[in-house]
Amino acid sequence: MQLEARNISFRYDKGPWIFKEFNLTLKPGEIVGLTGISGRGKTTLCRILAGLENPLEGEVLIDGQPIPKKGYHPVQLVFQHPEKAVNPRWRMNKVLNEGGEVDQELSSLLGIEEQWLTRWPNELSGGELQRFCVLRALGPKTHFLIADEMTTMLDAVTQAQIWHAVLEVAKKRNMGLLIVSHHPKLIERLCDRVVEL
Amino acid sequence: MMNTPNVKAESYKQKSTFFNRRQRTIFIIAVASIFLVSVVLGGILIDEERITTSLNSRNLIPSFEHIFGTDWLGRDMFARTIMGLTLSIGVGLLGAIGSVIIALILGMIAATMGNVADNIVSWLIDLFLSVPHLVILILISFMFGGGFKGIVIGLMLTHWPSLARVIRAEVMQVRSAEYVQVSMRMGKSRWWVAAHHIFPHLIPQVLIGFMLLFPHVILHEAAVTFLGLGLSPHEPAIGIILSESMKYLSSGMWWLAFFPGLSLLLVVRSFDTIGSNLRRFIDPSSSNE
Repeated sequence: MQLEARNISFRYDKGPWIFKEFNLTLKPGEIVGLTGISGRGKTTLCRILAGLENPLEGEVLIDGQPIPKKGYHPVQLVFQHPEKAVNPRWRMNKVLNEGGEVDQELSSLLGIEEQWLTRWPNELSGGELQRFCVLRALGPKTHFLIADEMTTMLDAVTQAQIWHAVLEVAKKRNMGLLIVSHHPKLIERLCDRVVEL
Repeated sequence: MMNTPNVKAESYKQKSTFFNRRQRTIFIIAVASIFLVSVVLGGILIDEERITTSLNSRNLIPSFEHIFGTDWLGRDMFARTIMGLTLSIGVGLLGAIGSVIIALILGMIAATMGNVADNIVSWLIDLFLSVPHLVILILISFMFGGGFKGIVIGLMLTHWPSLARVIRAEVMQVRSAEYVQVSMRMGKSRWWVAAHHIFPHLIPQVLIGFMLLFPHVILHEAAVTFLGLGLSPHEPAIGIILSESMKYLSSGMWWLAFFPGLSLLLVVRSFDTIGSNLRRFIDPSSSNE
């Protein structure tokens, strides 16, 4: 499986083009970094790749085929703010199992404790919530993970723990990763190659 | 600077002698609910014989035996008022439930089914809000031939716009939340998202909207009935009682209108109190005070 953005262009309403005829290929097992100064459209690109936004021109393909609109999306996105990405009126185990059963091994790798599952989102810290978001996004049918500033809000220890878990899973399942970050050190450490917007 | 903690401590001390705000809110809600329940129970359980005509006790002023007095046919006004209020509350209940359902459906449609639907619903809301309730209510109720059916349908069709607007805004906000977008990526259908993500967020709005619609609906019912376009005279709603008593006011029988009117006011006020106190409770911006 290969994720490909072919000649995509995008702009909001009548604004200036954020990118025009942009190409990106993400192979399975590949870890690609995406950098660029603020406002260049990194998040917009992530949203397009994950199917939250449609490109005005060009297309996003998986194995040369357009991604089906219905069903589980093979490209999953993890946002920067975990507290916005969970429903405040759901307990954590409902949040976690929204996309189907989760990998128990990965759960312990991420350091998710059993007792957190019965809590409400506002009873967990940002780092704890983000672990849930990562675990939820890494369902069995996920082939590509896009991490949009996934660990920017977290402390160094939690960052390390989450990245270790994600890298291990990516390696095991031969998943492609796209990592957006402003942190040159992080990108350098994790990525096979870097794309600049 | 040194004074500030003292002042705070003092004001805290003063407050703590009474209930705190939360307890006070619960207390008010409880009292208002008990009052309403007792009115309804009274209306259901009261003996029909209390309102039979008795020509021996016509036009009595309020006394311990007839605390609201009696009317020109010797009927006990207290019993009539309670029964009238019960009927009014029943009509109000139906009207408010209908309005809430319409508001819920239209609000959801406007927020989820695209731009055209949104424009149509918004236009409808503006249209209904721009004409006074009472005028449309009279028209609709007249169209359906008056009576119980006419007035209930009329009430349902006129009281939904403001709540529909609130619901539409709420749905739009939840729909654009990140967790809904995530849910869609997980392959959940629109219906699933509406039922599991959006609807639970609407429950407080709907509940409070319902409680605040209630007094409105009851008052409008009474007004239309008073004008003779609502319930028929053999269904003694509070509006009928008031309009009948108008003829006797000039002969000095003030109690015929005074007590039923006051009771109506009390009932409406207690619904309103329950509604706004509930809102203070459920609304996240004030629930922690």
